[in-house]
Amino acid sequence: MTQAATNTSDPHAPGLMVEMRGVNKWYGDFHVLRDIHLEVKRGERIVICGPSGSGKSTLIRCINHLEEHQQGDIVVGGVPLTQDVKRIEQIRRSVGMVFQHFNLFPHLTVLENCCIAPMWVQKKPRREAEDQAMRYLERVRIAEQAKKYPGQLSGGQQQRVAIARSLCMHPDVMLFDEPTSALDPEMIKEVLDVMVELAEEGMTMLCVTHEMGFAKTVADRVIFMDQGQIIEENAPEPFFNNPQSERTQLFLSQILGH
Amino acid sequence: MIHNQTMIDQRPAPSNTLGPVAWLRANLFSGPINTLLTLVGLYILYLLLVPTIQWAFINADWVGTTRADCSREGACWVFVNARFTQFIYGLYPRSEIWRANIVFGGFFTLIAWLAIPRLPFKRWVAVFALVGFPIAAYVLLHGGYFDLPRVPTHRWGGLMLTLLLASVGMIGALPIGIVLALGRRSNMPIVKSFCVIFIEFWRGVPLITVLFMASVMLPLFLPSGISVDRLVRALIGLTLFQSAYMAEVIRGGLQAIPRGQEEAAAALGMTYWKRMGLIVLPQALKMMIPGIVNTFISLFKDTTLVMIIGLFDLLGIVQAALSDSNWLGFSLEGYVFAAFVFWIFCFSMSRYSQYLERKLNTGHKR
Repeated sequence: MTQAATNTSDPHAPGLMVEMRGVNKWYGDFHVLRDIHLEVKRGERIVICGPSGSGKSTLIRCINHLEEHQQGDIVVGGVPLTQDVKRIEQIRRSVGMVFQHFNLFPHLTVLENCCIAPMWVQKKPRREAEDQAMRYLERVRIAEQAKKYPGQLSGGQQQRVAIARSLCMHPDVMLFDEPTSALDPEMIKEVLDVMVELAEEGMTMLCVTHEMGFAKTVADRVIFMDQGQIIEENAPEPFFNNPQSERTQLFLSQILGH
Repeated sequence: MIHNQTMIDQRPAPSNTLGPVAWLRANLFSGPINTLLTLVGLYILYLLLVPTIQWAFINADWVGTTRADCSREGACWVFVNARFTQFIYGLYPRSEIWRANIVFGGFFTLIAWLAIPRLPFKRWVAVFALVGFPIAAYVLLHGGYFDLPRVPTHRWGGLMLTLLLASVGMIGALPIGIVLALGRRSNMPIVKSFCVIFIEFWRGVPLITVLFMASVMLPLFLPSGISVDRLVRALIGLTLFQSAYMAEVIRGGLQAIPRGQEEAAAALGMTYWKRMGLIVLPQALKMMIPGIVNTFISLFKDTTLVMIIGLFDLLGIVQAALSDSNWLGFSLEGYVFAAFVFWIFCFSMSRYSQYLERKLNTGHKR
C-alpha cells in the first residue's frame, strides 16, 4: 500500500477534498472494505448509511488513518495517505472527527477540551486558543458550560462540545461517525441542528448516520453500503424515492417503514 | 387517569434514622446475636488494649542512660532514647550530623510544600525537589567538596538510609515504570519484547537475590579497577526491581482508559507522546493512585532487605544495637520502635493517597 500511495503524484482536480481509489481492507480474513471508490469535492455533504457491519464507520475511519487500509490509495486535501507518521498527523490536523460516544477528555473542562489541540498541536498561545474556543462553544450554544467537566453534561451537550472541539482545529473536512446513535431521542435534535448549520456554512462533511431526515435536508449525495461495498450512490431525492438496488429498497423500507 | 397538578416537595428523612444513637442501634445492637457479638468484641478489645497501654505507657520507663534505669515492669524506652541518634543517622560521624539534619530539614520541607495545596510555586518546587535537592543532598551528605570532610556511604544508616533508599527508589521507579508500561503496549516488536523480557525478568526474581547479585556478582563482571559504590548498586537494583512492578500497575491503568480517548486525541493530530502525556497518562495515573501508592509502600518496607548486603537501614541498625551486650534483652522495644516509625511513614502515604484520590475525583466522574 505504501508503494502504491507514494507513486501517486498526479495533479488532483481542484477542490477534491477526499479521494479513495480501490481501497480494500481486511480484519484478519474478514474483508471489510471492498474496492471503495469515492470522491468528495470541497463543500460537498455526504451521508453514508447501511446496515450495521457494512463497513461505513471503517470507511470514514480510514480517511484519517484511525484504521489502516491494505490496498488502494487515499488522498486527503491533496496529500496522499501513507504509513509516514508525520504525514498522517498532517492529514489528521485538517480532518475533524466526531465520534458516536463523544470521546471528550473527562479529566479536562469543556474549555480545556477545546483548547488542548490548538495549544499543543498548533502552538497557539493560551489566550488566543481560549478566545477561539469560546467563539465555537457559543456557536454550538454551550458557552455557559465552559468551566464544567464533560461528566456533568448531558449526552447532547457533550456531543456539541465534541463538534466545537473539532472545529477549533479549523478542519477542511469533518467526519461524523454515527453522532446521534448514542443519544436519547430528545437530544438528537440539538445535535442535528448544529450539524445542519455547519452544513449550510459550506463545511465538507462525511456523515455516517441513520437520520434520514438529516440526509434529505442537507446531503448532496447519499451512499448506501452493504458488506463492505458501496451499493448505491445518488442525490437524496432519487435515492429515497427511486432506489435502484434491491438491497437499498429493503434497507430503506426497514428504517423508513415504521 | 391521574393528573398531578402540583409537584411533591422534598421532605426530611425520619429522625430515627439519623444521629449516633440510631447508628449504634442499627449497626451494633440490631438484634440479640449482634448485641452479643458486640459485647464479646468489646471484651476482647479490653483484654488486649489494657495490658498494651500499661506496658507501653503507664509502666514504661522513659528517662535514663543505662539499663539500670529501667524497672522492667513495662517498656524500657531508655534503650531507644540512648540509641536514638544511631537509629536516625546510622554510623554518620557525630560531628557532621548537622549536615544530615539540613538534608532532613530540606527533605521534609519539600514534601510538605508539595503536599499542602495552598503553597505557591508548586512547579518550581517540584523541579528543585527532583533536580537541585538530590545534588545538594549528595554534596552535603557525602562531602569531599567545599572543605566538607568525606563521609563514605558505608557510614550512612538508620532512618536516613531508609528514606534515601525509598525516595530514590520511588522517584526512579515511577518514570521507568511508565516507559516500560508504554513500551509493553507498543506496536514495535523490538521495544515490546525488550520491555516484556525486562519486566518478567525483574518480577520473577526475589528482591533478596537482586541485592545479592548487585553486591556479589556485579563486581565480578565489571572490569578491574572500576568499582561501583555498594549503596549505588543497591539503589540501582531496588529501582529496577520496583520499576517492573510499577510498570505492571501502570499498564493496568492504561488498559482501563477507553480506546476512544486515544483515538480522539489522534484525530486531533496529536503525536504519540502528546496523546500519552496529555490525554492517556493523566487519566491512567489518577486511576492508578491506589496501586502506585501500594507499590511505594511495599518498596518502603522492602528497603529493609539491604541489611543482607551489609547496609544498615533503620531496622538493620536497631538489630545491630540489640546485639550490644549492654542492652541485651530489649528486642521487643527495639522492634516496636522500628515498626512504629515504618508505620508512621506508610500510614501517611496511605492517607495522602486517599486525599489525592478524593481531590482529583471531584467534578469529572464518567
